[in-house]
Amino acid sequence: MNEIKPGSVLDLRGVACPNNFVRAKLELEEMRSGEILEIIIDDGEPIKNVPRSIKEEGHQILKAEKIDNCWRLLIKKR
Amino acid sequence: MSEYNLSELKSGGLMKQKKKDLFSLRLRIVGGFVNAGQLIKLSEVARKYGKGHVHLTTRQGVEIPNINFKDVEKVKKELGEAGLQMGACGQRVRTVTACQGRECSHGLIDCLSLAMDIDKEYFGIGGHPHKFKIGITGCPNGCIKPQENDFGIMGRLRKKFIKEKCNYCGLCASVCPVNAIEVNKNSDDIVFYEDKCIGCGDCVHSCPANAWQKTQEGYSVFVGGKMGKFPKLGIKIFDFIETKEKILEIIKKSLIFYKESGIKGERFRDTLDRTGIDKYKKAVI
Repeated sequence: MNEIKPGSVLDLRGVACPNNFVRAKLELEEMRSGEILEIIIDDGEPIKNVPRSIKEEGHQILKAEKIDNCWRLLIKKR
Repeated sequence: MSEYNLSELKSGGLMKQKKKDLFSLRLRIVGGFVNAGQLIKLSEVARKYGKGHVHLTTRQGVEIPNINFKDVEKVKKELGEAGLQMGACGQRVRTVTACQGRECSHGLIDCLSLAMDIDKEYFGIGGHPHKFKIGITGCPNGCIKPQENDFGIMGRLRKKFIKEKCNYCGLCASVCPVNAIEVNKNSDDIVFYEDKCIGCGDCVHSCPANAWQKTQEGYSVFVGGKMGKFPKLGIKIFDFIETKEKILEIIKKSLIFYKESGIKGERFRDTLDRTGIDKYKKAVI
């Protein structure tokens, strides 16, 4: 799989729920449909909450990758 | 439901207070649902006949205290104009509690409609050894505390795994609260322990590739929960009941079992403990 180039990157490590999701949501609102946002979130509560909320908003998660104690998500704006 | 005296159903809902002639009126609120017009009516009645306040109960109900006995009929009539009816006290089927179900991002079932169906069929039915409380929660988070009810219902789902969609990122295994999923990234392999799964759907809702998909939603059932002086948590008696109709039938049979096997004054749990839960299970399936 070719590496996808994100148009925007948000490092949300250390940001608690639901602020991590809200910040991703605000960032997505500024982006155009089809653009890619990369976010980095912590394992634990954030990984339990953020991906499902992203999906509920209708965006597509192209890739989820665990790196040490955090997750890198590539989100395609709906 | 011909074995019940229908005239008895609407009785109850009046609780005597310490002060002479004053009563607290308990209302029939289903699943905590009160519309805005009813809230206005409650406010009016509380000001006009009570002392200007209401009491919110632990079972999502509303009680209007300080109503003089001579005003009770007038109050009932005024509340009735807003579609508010009297609740149940004593040895009856009580207010059915429910969470917001699918209104919540975790909810897996429509709790309010189930609560209304149960209420319509069984609310206020008496003649049992003691009270009978039913609570419905939309998912295994259990916010409505189904295990504290004589009969607790919990929404859950069943799911399937679509191998072709999976990219083995491991996110499902990370979010699963009961470690029912193992992902081996090196060999592109997933192991699912169905016996561990509680059907919360966290994997389904989180999977980036939609490789976990819901196949069915249904209900887990807990029986024999109670609080009071001798609290006990309900026992999970059915892991997956597929339909609402089946739930209604199990409640009906549970009430008959309780009526026939219970001793006066005994809570449902005590009946189950005394007769053995297997006997009950046989009676309801």
